[in-house]
Amino acid sequence: MAKVLMKGNEAIGEAAIRAGCKNYFAYPITPQSEVAEYLVKRLPEEGGVFVQGESEVAVGYMIFGAAGCGERVMTTSSSPGVSLMSEAISYIAAAQCPAVFVNIVRGGPGLGGILPSQGDYFQATKGGGHGDYRLLVMAPDGVQEAVEMTMKAFTLAEKYRNPVMILGDGLIGQMMEPCEFPDDLKTEATNKDDWATNGMDYRKSDKRNLVKSLFLDPTELNNNNLILKAKYDKMRKEEVRYEEYNTQTDYQVLIVSYGTMSRVCRTSIDLLKKDGIEVAMLRPQTLFPFPEEAIYNAATKENCKSVISIEMSMGQMVEDVERSVKGQREVEFYGECGGDIPSPEKIIEIIKGLL
Amino acid sequence: MGKAFSRPESLSQTMTHYCPGCTHGIVHRLVAETIDELGIAGRTVGIAPVGCAVLAYNYFNLDFQEAAHGRAPAMATGIKRVRPDLIVFTYQGDGDLASIGMGEIIHAANRGEKFTTIFINNAIYGMTGGQMAPTTMPGQRATTAPTGRDTDATGMPIRMANLLGELVTPAYVTRQAVLKPQQINKAKKAIKKAFEYQVEGRCFSFVEVVSTCPTNWGLTPLDSLKWAQDNLIPYYELGDYKTPDED
Amino acid sequence: MQTEIKFAGFGGQGILLSAKLIAYAAMKQGSFVAWVPSYGPEMRGGTAYCTVVISDKLIGSPIIKNPTHLVAMNRPSLEKFAPDVKKNGIILINSSLIPVRSEREDITELIVPANDTAIQVGSVKAANIVALSAFAAKSELVDMEILKKCIKEEFAAKPKIIPLNMKAFDEGVAIARQS
Repeated sequence: MAKVLMKGNEAIGEAAIRAGCKNYFAYPITPQSEVAEYLVKRLPEEGGVFVQGESEVAVGYMIFGAAGCGERVMTTSSSPGVSLMSEAISYIAAAQCPAVFVNIVRGGPGLGGILPSQGDYFQATKGGGHGDYRLLVMAPDGVQEAVEMTMKAFTLAEKYRNPVMILGDGLIGQMMEPCEFPDDLKTEATNKDDWATNGMDYRKSDKRNLVKSLFLDPTELNNNNLILKAKYDKMRKEEVRYEEYNTQTDYQVLIVSYGTMSRVCRTSIDLLKKDGIEVAMLRPQTLFPFPEEAIYNAATKENCKSVISIEMSMGQMVEDVERSVKGQREVEFYGECGGDIPSPEKIIEIIKGLL
Repeated sequence: MGKAFSRPESLSQTMTHYCPGCTHGIVHRLVAETIDELGIAGRTVGIAPVGCAVLAYNYFNLDFQEAAHGRAPAMATGIKRVRPDLIVFTYQGDGDLASIGMGEIIHAANRGEKFTTIFINNAIYGMTGGQMAPTTMPGQRATTAPTGRDTDATGMPIRMANLLGELVTPAYVTRQAVLKPQQINKAKKAIKKAFEYQVEGRCFSFVEVVSTCPTNWGLTPLDSLKWAQDNLIPYYELGDYKTPDED
Repeated sequence: MQTEIKFAGFGGQGILLSAKLIAYAAMKQGSFVAWVPSYGPEMRGGTAYCTVVISDKLIGSPIIKNPTHLVAMNRPSLEKFAPDVKKNGIILINSSLIPVRSEREDITELIVPANDTAIQVGSVKAANIVALSAFAAKSELVDMEILKKCIKEEFAAKPKIIPLNMKAFDEGVAIARQS
């Protein structure tokens, strides 16, 4: 298919359909309501389902119910809405159901603002809900990557029987960029007969299935948590994704930045290069699992003096960067999170201050 | 000679954890009998609430999902919308449905979601230990209302069947009880009708069942039945509050 | 080489659409493009603006403070954004609604009575197309035939209004050529 020019929000909706997801439940919230507005038109053409839930709380459980009976399902929301869904996300992770959550992040805390932010890094990677669970979190830096990650999310959610989150931001959702929908990212849904409540007749079995998260027996609960942990460890081994920029040079500073913020950093790196200053960037594409080893390796390159985490937050990912660098280099931080995305010039000023 | 009475196949061969005199067992049986009679066990998914019936999935030999507190109607919506061929029911108590889950039940009913809700109203929180519920009667004692429910501070008990019966969207909404044999027979008929409406794909169906909680009421099972008959039934009037046929 | 164009005006003047059409045409010519709107409460009746970035390489920051060019459809937009435009850029002024000028010597002013022209060809709603085609002709950023095709595709669902918009397009081009 030829390239089309689409808003990130609409492209995410289309990507879900192309990936074989025909079920979408959502509650309106800026800056991502276009996903619902797009899918309410597109899903009927595909014989799909759209329900506007009465709240994000309810939507979380609509997702749980649909995922529990083995169907591919997605919701999209923005920060305050994802807080409300976090209860369900914890249950879905505990009950080991695959589902895709998209957070088009806006500024917080509280009602915050509606402009782009990366203030939900902790919520996404450290668990917005209760208990020992993790989400596989992918952070696109533009519309094309949002498409690819959304399509991939369904496969990964099923591979791990765990919720997957796409962490975008208001800019990626609202911006139009050319995009394509790669056919090879479309996969067949996996067979879920051994666990999903899809009907005993349907799966031709007389053994009933249970989707649950209650384990009153301490040994059983511990065992369930060990099963979850094994999955998260497997993600750490197999799913880390990141992109390096200008790392082939003798850079003095390593930037770690993701999503929209990383694009600004890329521009800054290009401009600094013209001044003869080499700066490299490592852009995590998965925020969990986090590219710890790659960051350690890039940070400890001979001429690299310092590492800086640049975020549209007050300092969240920087904690993971520090953990990755293991004290081998100074780890600095720069962030803004009111909604104005820091300019390339501002980043250049900050970088020059490190030299 | 054939067996005249046996355990429904949709119930598993397990003892329940319910207290002596609790009416959950009766309602479980009525639901299971209905599912057997309609021959739908192979395509039924039940949803357990949070509360005493959280372990209901241990007693029904059916596909089951377990919801968070109050969220069963949202889960049922998710299942029923993506798999309309499945028969879906939620089984919820009064803390679950009428307090924390009020939003979910009202909106599922109002959207006309084509699943069935069995609502056990025994005017108290059971599992957590006898706290006041939205359905607790005026003056009725509870651990969080030690001197009895003060309606000035907490309002009057919520009548869910009346409330849902007021919605304009077509539905089957009824209130039944399981305090006497003839009530149990009627409740069975209502539960069956509720599932039949779903099988026919007609409407949302809701059966409130006035029940007992001898343990948290501090009464013997027999006294509980009498107390419920004398105190709950006059306020929670039995009967149909809405049928899809009237529209 | 990267070019940025800011389209600005009242909500309802077709700002976002003009921007989208030029981005579309540039994409079809093989450029990298990004279309970045302002969103939220600003959309409700106030000044709407949208930036299009066209580049021959992958676009870094799509947030542009100093655009190469400005298409100003109303007075507040001109006053607010004219000082930001880079030297040697084009500032299109919709003279039907804007009685003043940019007061800049280091840019090219393109004066287009977009609303009046659109009314002459049949509907004021086509003012954005007049401005777009005039700007495109002056800036030579995209192939005019490709842009024309993009407009036809955009209005494919409403074939009745295509001739009107084509007329508006031609008028816009003529104004740019005369200036």
